[in-house]
Amino acid sequence: MIVEEIMNDAPYTLAPSNTVLEALKLMREKKVRHLPVVDEEQHVLGVITERDIKEVLPSSLQDEPNSPVFHAKVEDIMVKDPLIAHPLDFVEEVALTFYESKVGCLPIVSGGKLVGIVTTTDLLYTYIELTGATEPGSKIDIRVSDTPGILFEITKIFHQHHANVQSVLVYPDSENTQNKILSIRVKTLNPLVMIEDLRKEGFDVLWPNLPGVSL
Amino acid sequence: MKKAVFVYSPEQLGYKFSDTHPFNHKRLTLTMDLLKNIDALDDSDIVPARVATEEELLLAHDPKYIDIVKKAGHGELSEAQCESYGIGTEDTPIFENMHEASAQLVGGTLTAVDYVMEGKARHALNLGGGLHHGFRGRASGFCIYNDSTVAIRYLQEKYNARVLYVDTDAHHGDGVQWSFYEDPNVCTLSIHETGRYLFPGTGNITERGNGQGYGTSFNFPMDAFTEDESFLDIYKQSMREIFEFFKPDVVLTQNGADAHYFDPLTHLHGTMNIYREIPKLAHQLAHEYCDGKWIAVGGGGYDIWRVVPRAWAMLWLEMTDQTLPIGPLPQAWLDRWQPEAPVPLIPTWEDPSPLYEAIPRKAEIEEKNAQMLAKALHIIRNEKRD
Ligand SMILES: [Zn+2]
Ligand SMILES: [Zn+2]
Repeated sequence: MIVEEIMNDAPYTLAPSNTVLEALKLMREKKVRHLPVVDEEQHVLGVITERDIKEVLPSSLQDEPNSPVFHAKVEDIMVKDPLIAHPLDFVEEVALTFYESKVGCLPIVSGGKLVGIVTTTDLLYTYIELTGATEPGSKIDIRVSDTPGILFEITKIFHQHHANVQSVLVYPDSENTQNKILSIRVKTLNPLVMIEDLRKEGFDVLWPNLPGVSL
Repeated sequence: MKKAVFVYSPEQLGYKFSDTHPFNHKRLTLTMDLLKNIDALDDSDIVPARVATEEELLLAHDPKYIDIVKKAGHGELSEAQCESYGIGTEDTPIFENMHEASAQLVGGTLTAVDYVMEGKARHALNLGGGLHHGFRGRASGFCIYNDSTVAIRYLQEKYNARVLYVDTDAHHGDGVQWSFYEDPNVCTLSIHETGRYLFPGTGNITERGNGQGYGTSFNFPMDAFTEDESFLDIYKQSMREIFEFFKPDVVLTQNGADAHYFDPLTHLHGTMNIYREIPKLAHQLAHEYCDGKWIAVGGGGYDIWRVVPRAWAMLWLEMTDQTLPIGPLPQAWLDRWQPEAPVPLIPTWEDPSPLYEAIPRKAEIEEKNAQMLAKALHIIRNEKRD
């Protein structure tokens, strides 16, 4: 998946001459916490976040419109030359950037101009879609050895039962790096027959199970 | 007026996918035989289930889908042709006359509705119904037509009633919930094992309804391994507060019996105790709020030998104000069915104690469920404070 598919392509923006008060008002009205600062040609000059503003306020007692900070220009407190991303970047690359740089948003720039914005919230939603079931299904967790062809061996069993696989997630096994944990959602109310077949083929089915409990 | 009627026709047993399929209506026969053995069910209590008309099925289903079900059941369609309608799958295979058998289950629930709403009986039970996973144009999870959805629409159109639907099946009552998700005059309450692992995957506390119907869907997803006390805590608190909040004219309860420790398809750790308590409170609240108008249907229940007959017998006994039994089951019933049962039958109304090994994370599970309950009810507790 690429950034273009998850970005907000009509972000609210500020001009460098806008005041901090105007920035705060816009953030509250539109319920956003990050605003790109752009010039007339939509070139990204900086980013201002709710957190940046709170940091320059002397204390919460001063949180009133007569504090001089509110009349400062955003260009004076914005993050200049912020990290940016491209609409064709992969979502997972962007995720890594968020994780490593600890920023909360990335302006998306193409042809030198602002074309969108992606926030950590957008990314989280994408993750929810990825793991969440939108179709009725049962979940089965299986520990497998990390070898080629293993996924085929497993999906073959679901195929034999005419069961639709809705999602497959692969996790590292915290106990043994030779293994992987497959978490599979299958469109069925009765996964028992498939679990039985998986076990017959020698697969280690972890769920239905819980730490310290045997069923 | 009769206290209650027991809706049943032998034709309901025609809803049968195969000999090995987990959904098995032999449980109706086992339950009735148990009740007759203790003289708790008389032939005069039984009323035949009618067949739902096509017009009635259309209250909840697409004409195209009904047509597919009919043709599939008459051998006119292949599995591949119906798979996109959820039919011909491993969960919901094609069987002969599946339309007729399904319409008979829906008709049973409509019979129950008419008895109660026309004042011929205070309460009515159709154990053949409770197929809560059926969708408008698609079968799902062993359910072809959704009898509760049809019955609730029917209650609205014919009797102009405000309906509370209560679903204590271990699976989320998704089909019924989505049917009334935007309807402020139908409230759905489902208590189930969390969808994190279990079919259908939905039933999160955040599913509260939409548009006009916002705030009239309630979900209580419990952790796997939840035991009686925590289950009943959630049930009792949610029922009281939601009855008080919604003030229904009539209550329809879905009484799936698959939250028991023995049930092969779920991971809750209920015992027979929950099946004594669930109907008691539903009964009491129906009298308090709905002038007694209580319609009950069956639902899931996949240990048909050790769990379902005892659980469903308790439901009928409660409905008819008979004392809930304790001690041994009738020997005649045990003798009759043990030869056929693949497992040793439980010889008493109570489960053996202990039924299972202690759950290592019991305290944490209870704590998590209590948190969930508070979050799910927050919306109405808040409103009260205003
Ligand atoms: Zn169920
Ligand atoms: Zn009563």
